Amino acid sequence: MKRLARYIRGNICWYIAGITSLVVAMALDMFNPYIVKVIVDDVIAAGKSELLKGALLALAGITVVRTVLGYIKQYAFDYASSKIVLKLRKDLFDHIQSLSFSFFDSTNTGELMSRIKDDTENVMAGAGYGISLFIEQVIYFVVASVMLFTLNWKLALISVLIMPFIAQIAVKLEKKIGEAYGRLSDQRAVLNTTAQENIAGVRLVKAFAREKYEINKFFEQNKENYRLNVEQAKVWADFFPKIELLSNVVIVLVTGVGGFFVIGDEISIGTLVAFTNYVYMLIWPVRSIGWITNVLAQCKASLAKINKIFDEKPEIRSPENPKTPAKFEGHVEFKNVGLEFGGVPVLKNINIDAKPGSTIAIMGLTGSGKSSIINLIGRFYDCTSGSVCVDGVDVKDMDLKTLRDQIAIVMQDTFLFSDTIEENIRFGSSSLSEEELIKASEDAKVTEFTEQMKDGFKTVVGERGIGLSGGQKQRISIARALSKGRKILILDDATSALDMETEYEIQKALESRKGMTKFIIAHRISAVKNADEILIIDNGEIVERGNHKQLLKLKGRYYETYCEQFNCAEDMLEEEVV
Amino acid sequence: MAVNNFKEDELTKETVSIQVVRRLFAYLKPYKLPILQVLLLIGLVITVELFNPYFLKLGIDRFIANKDVVGLLVLSAVMVALNVVSMVCSRMRIKIMSGVTNKVLMTIRQELYNHIQKLSFSFFDERPVGKILARIIGDVNSLNDLFTNSITSLIPEVTKIIAVMIIMLSMNYKLALASFVTLPFLAAGMFLVETTSRKRWQMFRKKNSNLNAFTHEDFSGIRVVQSFTAEEETSKTFLDLLKATRDAFMKAVRINDSFWPMVEMSWGVGTVVVYWYGMRLIEAQDITVGLLVAFTGYVSIFWQPIMNISNFYNTLLTNIAGAERIFEIMDIEPDIKNDAKALTMPKIKGNVSFKNVTFSYDGQNPVLKNVSFDVKAGETIALVGPTGMGKTTIVNLISRFYETQEGTVSIDGYDVKKVTIESLRSQMGVMMQDTFLFSGTIKDNIRYGKLDATDEEIIAAAKAVSAHEFIMKMEKGYDTQVNERGSRLSAGQRQLIAFARALLANPRILILDEATASIDTHTERLIQQGIKSLLKGRTSFVIAHRLSTIQSADRIMVIDNGCIREMGTHEQLLKNKDLYYQLYMAQFKFLEEEAV
Repeated sequence: MKRLARYIRGNICWYIAGITSLVVAMALDMFNPYIVKVIVDDVIAAGKSELLKGALLALAGITVVRTVLGYIKQYAFDYASSKIVLKLRKDLFDHIQSLSFSFFDSTNTGELMSRIKDDTENVMAGAGYGISLFIEQVIYFVVASVMLFTLNWKLALISVLIMPFIAQIAVKLEKKIGEAYGRLSDQRAVLNTTAQENIAGVRLVKAFAREKYEINKFFEQNKENYRLNVEQAKVWADFFPKIELLSNVVIVLVTGVGGFFVIGDEISIGTLVAFTNYVYMLIWPVRSIGWITNVLAQCKASLAKINKIFDEKPEIRSPENPKTPAKFEGHVEFKNVGLEFGGVPVLKNINIDAKPGSTIAIMGLTGSGKSSIINLIGRFYDCTSGSVCVDGVDVKDMDLKTLRDQIAIVMQDTFLFSDTIEENIRFGSSSLSEEELIKASEDAKVTEFTEQMKDGFKTVVGERGIGLSGGQKQRISIARALSKGRKILILDDATSALDMETEYEIQKALESRKGMTKFIIAHRISAVKNADEILIIDNGEIVERGNHKQLLKLKGRYYETYCEQFNCAEDMLEEEVV
Repeated sequence: MAVNNFKEDELTKETVSIQVVRRLFAYLKPYKLPILQVLLLIGLVITVELFNPYFLKLGIDRFIANKDVVGLLVLSAVMVALNVVSMVCSRMRIKIMSGVTNKVLMTIRQELYNHIQKLSFSFFDERPVGKILARIIGDVNSLNDLFTNSITSLIPEVTKIIAVMIIMLSMNYKLALASFVTLPFLAAGMFLVETTSRKRWQMFRKKNSNLNAFTHEDFSGIRVVQSFTAEEETSKTFLDLLKATRDAFMKAVRINDSFWPMVEMSWGVGTVVVYWYGMRLIEAQDITVGLLVAFTGYVSIFWQPIMNISNFYNTLLTNIAGAERIFEIMDIEPDIKNDAKALTMPKIKGNVSFKNVTFSYDGQNPVLKNVSFDVKAGETIALVGPTGMGKTTIVNLISRFYETQEGTVSIDGYDVKKVTIESLRSQMGVMMQDTFLFSGTIKDNIRYGKLDATDEEIIAAAKAVSAHEFIMKMEKGYDTQVNERGSRLSAGQRQLIAFARALLANPRILILDEATASIDTHTERLIQQGIKSLLKGRTSFVIAHRLSTIQSADRIMVIDNGCIREMGTHEQLLKNKDLYYQLYMAQFKFLEEEAV
């Protein structure tokens, strides 16, 4: 709620505008019965027809002003709440983006989408409709109470007596319905995730002809969603009619007790009649307590879910006083680096010294820890022991953005946005010049296939690059990384879908870019052969290192792999080793 | 193929509101009885509500004035009792109606979802995930208000209006007509804004959908965003989309917010007219003073339901856009569906043949041109060629993920178009370029290949692809949670899991589309040995770039520019000295260089 209060404060002008027009409209409302009374008593009954014109004009005037004010009120609250939801979503989005990989490892996209969309919508309803209704009804209630107390304090006391009971119901309702909404909100996240995965993975679903299974899976969640919605409605059904009953009982009480007062000659029958008329003014705000509680409880439940995400602190943050190397050259050092995930060691005692402009290749079995090594350079995870330094400064002492700005990564999963090829290459550097764009695209062999497309660079690709082949996607990802002109380039198995010819050409282009330190993870000998140093990783440790020739001579793992890949070319191999 | 993205609004067909509304309310048909109950209950509640003032008057006039204590007590008791009855009715009404509303929403959502499952790849190729999702979740949710407040408020309100109108007309038809004078203007005003309002809400839904699409892409690609330190840029894009959504909302709301004032205005002006005209009638001695006073009492009873109905109309306009978007998808016919006379594919032997197959994704640029080939059961075929030349397209046609424009694809002599999709695909094991894992345990992900597989079968499949070892090393072994992005698994490990999944399906035809690209040579070799016995006698298609993978195939098909350039064994193709020879030699360029 603190967060909401802050957002409301930021839009206080609109709230004031809304509340002012609300109050003025209500004040004008109070004149209406008076004018009607004049018309009925003086004009119609007493026949003073000369008053009619004025009274009617006043009535018409009030109507017009009220209409305008009513519009302003609605608009102001709508505008304020839409601004709040915009800000909230933006802040939430920025916060989520600042979280570390480990958060995304365990949180589903569907859930995050549900939070940023549905839960913020509930907050919007609370901040707009909820608050305007609340203020309106509080004013009504206060005005009605004052009037009732001036008329007859004893009767007024009786009618207000019901309030503690209603308050108690409201408190219980808030608690129960808040819990119900909390469950519903979590379930909606699951429903969203189920649908999201189904659509994101639809090609898999179809390949296995699992449509029926998927339908059942969704149906389970859909049914659960139905159940929780009904459960929530049941809470409402249990409490709201009670509030209605109590508000009607007020009338009975006032009439009954008032009747005794009249019979006991304590008040006149006229006072009682007047009083019962005004008591209706009290009923409305009392009833709306239910509605207000409902909207606010929902808002509160959603805020709690949102706050849970805000409470997630990025595990990896920039230090208070970041150090910056004198000059960025791309010198990467690993000193006795170890890494553990949940107590399981992933990397042990890794030592690497990658001089500026050198190429380090990493090979190893699937899951041996290759990607973990390079993830430490950009500090996507923190090493558990030892240190990783870039240009002499420990990455943990550097500003995160400054550090990552030095690095360009091509990931195993080529990820493209549903946008033009050009925008995908530009991604992350909107100021990229045309030449740099073309140069990177040519080096990564992107132009080779865009030239054959009708719209060339402006061709829109589907989400995740749908419509392109695996190799084309990799080439765009490589172009994206190259175009940044950063000091450290990391290719994490980024050429696996390329045919050998293309891979060869891209490699030539990479080699010509001398100012970059390159890390290349690959499985094909052809991709790593020209590296300055090749590291063979097994089980999180470097088991072999050296350049191509040295490793062949070693006749170890590298040699084995070489033979496996070139088994038909052994004669050539022998020639070379000799 | 027009690909829509997060920057672009979806195109929607023009529809007629009344048809959408009719179609929407048709969902209420099965609930005639509960709706009738709800109406009765509402009737009861309203009756009690109306009796309250009457009892009040009775209490004051008859009992209090006559100092009848007993009578007063009895009356109070009756009133309390009636209100308790009303409370019970109210409770029942809310429960029944919420049941109906949520059932209807559940049905619509499920129907939409089921329909989407039937749609073909091309549907998904053209739309971002977030936009499809927005329809299943957001658009369906938007209908909630509509159903909750529809029938249940509409019928009693209309009844009220008609009753009051009759009373007013019978009191004095002239005065009655005078008080209705603003109604036509109100109605005209409301219908005039109908089209504009609907269009604006439609626009709002589209902007919302764009926002959803971008959110989805950004969160699924968060690693790329963070690694390129593009957070500021994506944050700006997000803000732009947020603003577009907000602006569309405010534009729509500007009309919506005028509804309530419009009714109030008509009400106020109507009242003024009644007094003014009433006075003239009194002067002309047409009516009595008492009649006018009584009449004005009905005027306010008359306007209350009108206000509620216009409120409902407003909700309708706001939410019909959601309904339109739902029905639009429901009306899309799947490109690929079972033929009316489709047969069940018998157990596949594995003879695959393409006869003069021509295919294009957009109907203009052919990706495959007149491709013909025959593969015998049990053969392993490697598809080789430069990227983007049609390899994936060929294997996609075998599973009938797309429809050929010309020529036929047949398996064991059955045209794939003439057998049921399920019987065809359930006998194939396809491993795609993009490995997708569902959120859940590793075990569940492997089990996806065969839903009733025992744990032993799952482990056996994992062992065959050398995945068992690394799985066991994980904290919770097979029960380790993974998600779409694959959590801490490397790309290679995810491919191994996907491989186990495909294998578990016991496919008659196995298709590996760059399925082992991220797996090291050593493990790949182990897999080849592991699955050899399992896949004996089955046909497989392998797309790969690694020579060691390709060479183990029986025959190699070289694809270039949508045609089969050459086909044969490794040795034959090397002798050909054509494209394969070039590709093959490319890897030796590295070696040659050094020798120089």
